[in-house]
Amino acid sequence: MLGWLHIAVPPAPALFGQLLIGLINGAFYAMLSLGLAVIFGLLNIINFAHGAQYMLGAFCAYLVLNYLGIGYWPSLLIAPIVVGAFGMLLERFFIRWIYRLDHLYGLLLTFGMALIIQGVFRQYYGSAGQPYSIPDLLAGGQDLGFMFLPNYRAWVIAASSVCCFGTWFVIERTRLGAYLRAATENPTLVQAFGINVPRMVTLTYGFGVALAALAGVLAAPIYQVSPLMGSNLIIVVFAVVVIGGMGSILGAIVGGFALGIIEGLTKVFYPEASSTAIFVIMVVVLLVKPAGLFGRTV
Amino acid sequence: MKRRSLLAVGFAAVLAFGAAAPAARAANDKVVIGVMNDMSSVYSYLGGMGSVAAAKMAVHDFGGKVLGKPIEVIYADHQNKPDVGAAIAQKWFDQDGVDAIVDLPTSSVAIAVQQVAKERGKVTLISNGGSSELTGKYCSPTGVHWTYDTYALAHVTGKAIVQQGGKSWFFITADYAFGHQLRDDTSAVVKAAGGQVLGSVNVPLNNADFSSFLLQAQQSKAQVIGLANAGGDTVNSIKQAAEFGIVKGGQRLAGLLVFIADVNALGLQTAQGLMLTEAYYWDQNAQTRAFAKRFEAAYDGKVPTSGQAGVYGAVMHYLKAMAAAKTEDGVKVVAEMRKLPINDFMTHNGKVRIDGRVIRDMYLFQVKSPQESKYPYDYYKQLAVIPGDQAFRPLSESECPLVTH
Repeated sequence: MLGWLHIAVPPAPALFGQLLIGLINGAFYAMLSLGLAVIFGLLNIINFAHGAQYMLGAFCAYLVLNYLGIGYWPSLLIAPIVVGAFGMLLERFFIRWIYRLDHLYGLLLTFGMALIIQGVFRQYYGSAGQPYSIPDLLAGGQDLGFMFLPNYRAWVIAASSVCCFGTWFVIERTRLGAYLRAATENPTLVQAFGINVPRMVTLTYGFGVALAALAGVLAAPIYQVSPLMGSNLIIVVFAVVVIGGMGSILGAIVGGFALGIIEGLTKVFYPEASSTAIFVIMVVVLLVKPAGLFGRTV
Repeated sequence: MKRRSLLAVGFAAVLAFGAAAPAARAANDKVVIGVMNDMSSVYSYLGGMGSVAAAKMAVHDFGGKVLGKPIEVIYADHQNKPDVGAAIAQKWFDQDGVDAIVDLPTSSVAIAVQQVAKERGKVTLISNGGSSELTGKYCSPTGVHWTYDTYALAHVTGKAIVQQGGKSWFFITADYAFGHQLRDDTSAVVKAAGGQVLGSVNVPLNNADFSSFLLQAQQSKAQVIGLANAGGDTVNSIKQAAEFGIVKGGQRLAGLLVFIADVNALGLQTAQGLMLTEAYYWDQNAQTRAFAKRFEAAYDGKVPTSGQAGVYGAVMHYLKAMAAAKTEDGVKVVAEMRKLPINDFMTHNGKVRIDGRVIRDMYLFQVKSPQESKYPYDYYKQLAVIPGDQAFRPLSESECPLVTH
């Protein structure tokens, strides 16, 4: 058995390649944890359905392609809108009733929803993946010398960075963001200023869900489109959010990219532990800084 | 509030860990066959409810009764966890009067369940489980390994690729019993044929992103990248290998365990040219097509996988042997199974060996290009038929204690 164990330090170019790949995976983590952080930070809901909503995004792209012949690029818009609207319905009819209860209830409700959504898709499509190919425009790749970078992965980093920065900017730097943040602090007062707080909350949840769906569309061509694609990812993404600080937008983004890189390096030095590394870090962070790296202590 | 929170947590635990499907209360007035497999996760498409449908078809075709008793088929989800599988098996055997457990994908679970069955003299008919150790170190006098195993996959696919000049290999290995076994079996074939193994990386099960591992494989400069994994892991690694230009860069992929549903998930554009080994493909001949047609009618119009087809064959042979042996006793029934030749739509003159291994022909296929494929699921062309005694491990190499050298 020991013959297989080869822990060697790879040459520098190889390491660059691994760092870049870590960054790409980090881009996915960042987008998903961003949606979670927005929903938790502004609605106080631990959205366990986020993985299922990510899966819905990917399936939406797959379905519009196969039934309506609509390709990848329009899907980037259609899937977030459709899935986001579905999220808003969930918020209006279910989640709305538990804002004043303990976090656990929100967690259970959304977890139950996730199981139902995944179950329905598994029933119809089975657990095997569905095919979805990379759009022609982004096929192929660039030889960077130290590695071959597929064009599609470069696009993922770019798209995710834009989304992350845009979301951060809107919430932290604009008037709309200020309303949102104020509404979480003191909804009654904000409502007294004539702002429709319930509608704002619904839209915020829809936006968080739309971010998950967008990540799902981005993921469709490289991971397989399957009902269970979100269920494993969601646990990792939760760890990212906890490490970054629950509800902290910046924490989610920085945490996502940083943990993508750390996970990438684990895959080189000790691959067997690559699925565990993030949780070890989470434990350490919680011991040292219980509110997370960017979290405000309550 | 505290108590309600606790309740909520308890409820969450129930949701998360699920409950086994209800099984029948039993006295010994019927023969009970339990289909145990992954019903809800990564491997459920290989067996899942499709295996239950196949088992029920076999029971129906047999006539629904054996030794004058009705035959019942029950099922449960082992969630790919050996402890869950072993616990269900204990309950089934000790309380529910189950006589045989069928299917058992995920080798680690199959090994655990076969052990539980062996202690009680009950039967295991393994179809989707793959590790060749099931008939090696862990063999059982009441265990039958029906459809395929890692040794056969390694020998048929591995040898074919080495013969075509793929001499240096790098493995991407699923980090559990099955993956390790498949890697070790294939390495032995490669080395015996004069090739060399440059390295291997162990990847946790259910990994979504393989780019890091593919990059390591690329840098190893091996001619062949052996995928010692299964299901979604195989699909993701092949899909991403195409993206990272691995095949265009002159390296070759060897999918060591590829099922028809995986090819479907990849799409022919990505999967074309891949060589793979299977015990059954629906479009081989009139008999295989006839079975597929009946199966499709019984199970949502889905094409049967080799594992599901194997479940049918195993259950049928088990029932025939039970009728011939005139007893439900596991040891005696399996002894009878060894005596009877196997002949059905997918197996011709097969036999069950002393170690429990079913010896049957295996087929080497190549995935068609999109242009070659004329109708739905027209995916494979057959390259070679490998006789069972060449595909499977010879008894002389067996570590099974039942084999006397």
